[in-house]
Amino acid sequence: MKITKEVVEYVAHLGRLDLESHEVDLYTEQLDRILQYMDKLNTLDTEGIDPTSHAIPVECMLREDFVKDSFDIEASLRNAPERKGNFFKVPPIIEVEK
Amino acid sequence: MENILDMTIQETRNLLRKREITATELTSMYLDRIQRYDKDILAYLRVTEEDAHKMAHDADMRMERGEDGPLLGIPFGIKDIFCTKGIETTCASQILKGFIPPYDASIIKKLKDENFVHLGRLNMDEFAMGSSTENSSFQITKNPWDLTRIPGGSSGGSAAAVAAGLCAAALGTDTGGSIRQPAGLCGVVGMKPTYGRVSRYGLIAFASSLDQIGPLTRNVTDCAIVMNAISGYDPMDSTSIPQPIPDYTECLGKDIKGLKIGIPKEYFITGMDPDVRKIMEESLSVLEKQGAILIDISLPHTEYAVATYYIICTAEASSNLARYDGVKYGLRTEGKDIIDMYKKTRLKGFGKEVKRRIILGTYVLSSGYYDAYYRKAGKVRTLIRGDFDEAFKRCDILVTPVSPTTAFKVGEKMEDPLTMYLSDIFTIPINLAGLPAMSLPCGFDASGLPVGLQIIGKPLDEALMIQAAFVFESVKNVKKIPDVFRSKSSM
Repeated sequence: MKITKEVVEYVAHLGRLDLESHEVDLYTEQLDRILQYMDKLNTLDTEGIDPTSHAIPVECMLREDFVKDSFDIEASLRNAPERKGNFFKVPPIIEVEK
Repeated sequence: MENILDMTIQETRNLLRKREITATELTSMYLDRIQRYDKDILAYLRVTEEDAHKMAHDADMRMERGEDGPLLGIPFGIKDIFCTKGIETTCASQILKGFIPPYDASIIKKLKDENFVHLGRLNMDEFAMGSSTENSSFQITKNPWDLTRIPGGSSGGSAAAVAAGLCAAALGTDTGGSIRQPAGLCGVVGMKPTYGRVSRYGLIAFASSLDQIGPLTRNVTDCAIVMNAISGYDPMDSTSIPQPIPDYTECLGKDIKGLKIGIPKEYFITGMDPDVRKIMEESLSVLEKQGAILIDISLPHTEYAVATYYIICTAEASSNLARYDGVKYGLRTEGKDIIDMYKKTRLKGFGKEVKRRIILGTYVLSSGYYDAYYRKAGKVRTLIRGDFDEAFKRCDILVTPVSPTTAFKVGEKMEDPLTMYLSDIFTIPINLAGLPAMSLPCGFDASGLPVGLQIIGKPLDEALMIQAAFVFESVKNVKKIPDVFRSKSSM
């Protein structure tokens, strides 16, 4: 076993996912099998080979920096789960001492 | 009017041009068909009837004024992954349910500039993650050739809608085969253009180094027509290639005498269905009879492609999907603090496969495993690209099957993700190499299920693929729409 429940729980935390306990069991078993399958890559010698990040190389295109209109505030906030005035509202991020 | 189902978009445009039919009538025909047949197929998540009528009316007014264009008044189904201003766009996920984009994806803007008609939003695997469309959080689309089977995925709704004649053409996306595999399993034409050929601005991202947009159509001519409309450089997509676009319809009808076709031996071994093999062999001899030269080649790293792909695509997905946090759009589930809110929102909003991939992708990128998995996969990707570079020194195009089997049963592979992943074994390497490839129908197995043939091209050489595909289609003439989806009363 490469993957334990603790690893799945830790990785889920990094990915900001809550998991139900039956999901932790399921993913532990499945990820272990999938990663074992992926180990076949280790049978290949890749010494000195550069990794590919993009298959078709494109040069970074430059353009003039100019001012354009942005979305209007109402259009941008239309999908907000919660808003306050012209802002997206979120739960407190920094605890305030009372 | 249903004889239009046997016409190309070009022929339909001729009828519209001569005013033998109107765009409004054409749109109504498709909307009627959707109403009659889609309750069994479930290709559409939402039909945008009002918009469709409005756009059809607008197209008719334009034609009255003498305007013309290759897609003017032509009704499309749209995979629910392209941001479309004012139209709910969900990626078949609960986390985006109710999301109304404030802007159009570049590809939607291009189709609007052509005055197409938007019939509705097509089902898909949630965030395009899957090979059967069973990962949609809304409904399971059925294969029009056998309603107990899956249509393939992730663009399963698009392929099923085209196959059953529920739109003139559809748009899909292909990250590891998501256009070609469903096109193959539903017996339609699907094109994944070269990475960078079609702008992805406004496409909801899954794996950014692999995702590409393309058409699903009933025939090769329509594929060429839609490719003309959607291809080209776009400054809004930094991976867009600044190269001119040929007129893809110009290569229709050119012969393939002397065309060098590579046949990779690795695509004709593992677990292939005997019927698929037989139909592939017949298809290759059709191409040979038309003057093509078949060359046996090897793509030696093929067996490593699936492992490489699922490391890279999950890593990129885990990063791309970080944006679904319940703050600016989509679902929010309350929590005791902001981290808890993120976690609960994502628990509730994402389906099983999406969570599986986020966990896998986060794992392969995490400290201590990055080199062993992500970096290693990048290096193997270089070897896979190298295989194709070698092959294209001797060949003009490559021909392979799209999938090792025909469409499987609903539920058959849902409990075993690895088996599901392996069903994309012949399409995945092409995305890793960024090449263009297309799927076209080449016959039926003993149970009457379609088999797809894959043509792989050199970077930016979609035109040559279309040329060969058109020759093949003209000779082989595979039936396009199942008889049960043709009304007997119509002309």
